[in-house]
Amino acid sequence: MMKRKALDLWVGVFVAIGLGALLFLALKVGDLASFSATAETYLVKANFDNIGGLKKRAPVKSAGVVVGRVEDIAFDTETFEATVAFSIDKRYEFPKDTSAKILTAGLLGEQYIGLSAGGDTTKLKNGDKLKITQSAVVLENLISQFLFNKAADGNKDSK
Amino acid sequence: MNAVTGFLERLGGRVTSAIHRLGFASRFLLLTLQNSGMSFRRFSLVVREIYFAGVLSLIIILVSGLFVGMVLGLQGYDTLVRYGSSSALGVLVALSLVRELGPVVAGLLFASRAGSAITAEIGLMKATEQLAAMEMMAVDPIARVIAPRFWAGVISMPLLAAMFSAMGVFGGYLVGVRMIGVDEGSFWSQMQDAVDFQEDILNGVIKSVVFGIAVTWIAVFEGYDAPPTAEGVSGATTRTVVTSSLTILALDFMLTAFMFRGA
Repeated sequence: MMKRKALDLWVGVFVAIGLGALLFLALKVGDLASFSATAETYLVKANFDNIGGLKKRAPVKSAGVVVGRVEDIAFDTETFEATVAFSIDKRYEFPKDTSAKILTAGLLGEQYIGLSAGGDTTKLKNGDKLKITQSAVVLENLISQFLFNKAADGNKDSK
Repeated sequence: MNAVTGFLERLGGRVTSAIHRLGFASRFLLLTLQNSGMSFRRFSLVVREIYFAGVLSLIIILVSGLFVGMVLGLQGYDTLVRYGSSSALGVLVALSLVRELGPVVAGLLFASRAGSAITAEIGLMKATEQLAAMEMMAVDPIARVIAPRFWAGVISMPLLAAMFSAMGVFGGYLVGVRMIGVDEGSFWSQMQDAVDFQEDILNGVIKSVVFGIAVTWIAVFEGYDAPPTAEGVSGATTRTVVTSSLTILALDFMLTAFMFRGA
């Protein structure tokens, strides 16, 4: 009988360590606690001319703090723009004239949506659409613009 | 002409016998699942097997996890520091462990540590006619011997894989932060930023459950199917390790292709 008790004890220790390891992975490595999937959110949409390399589940930040996630990216066939839907945590309320930009973390980092609050007194509600947006900076366009300007400057000088 | 037909005959025989064996193994698995009721009514049977399959594998899993994590820390730092992004070491260590190395290496170790033991035990029970004796006493050997071992393996494997990953992350932390001196804050925060619970951790757990089922299934089947001789048991033990290692690697590729394609 003693043998059986010792066995149970060891198995209990084993299962406890295993579950502890899983908990460690979930909380410390996966950081489940800070942004749980069950947190209440509201959905906001925005149209962009160009979303660059934005992906689903990319963070939505305001003042550098993660306030939400990109939920869906679609192409609007009427305006030929990209429609991005993202969810914002219910704890964070934004004015109705908030503007959205697509920014890049670092030079080569992944892209995210940056929100800057406006001055309106009415708050954003579920399903609202942001009016003021700024597209992603596409490096190729930037370089071609730069080269084009150079060429234009060169022409002006020669005249 | 004769040589060609002889070759084709042998090839055909190989293929049909392989398919035959796979079918036999599948029916065996079905039978095990059907007769699992007793394992859960008398859970102490499963607990005893978890002790042999899980608890006794603890040392090898924890030590290997620690060392794999420490090596990842050293090698990862060596590469990342060239791009000036040594603070991403935490991401590298955690993602490679949670997604791939944890389930796969723990599975390989589990196959050679516990799978081989299960096969040898069942094979020897069969060779010494213990299984036949049970049947004589109207005790179903599948319900009494096979099913508890199967469930013990399926329960132990995900826990062992989680321990392996956690230990590996700790090893990476020891080498990266304590030894080399990567900033502790960015080590953890970048890791927490990059590792997604559903995408990475849950998929890793799913992988380890699948590997647990595959390894224990192969182990109990090889043991039950072993010829009742000393040679037969040793051959079956070898086959368990080889087959389950190859199965783990093949399944891992398939699961990875489904889980992480593009996205």
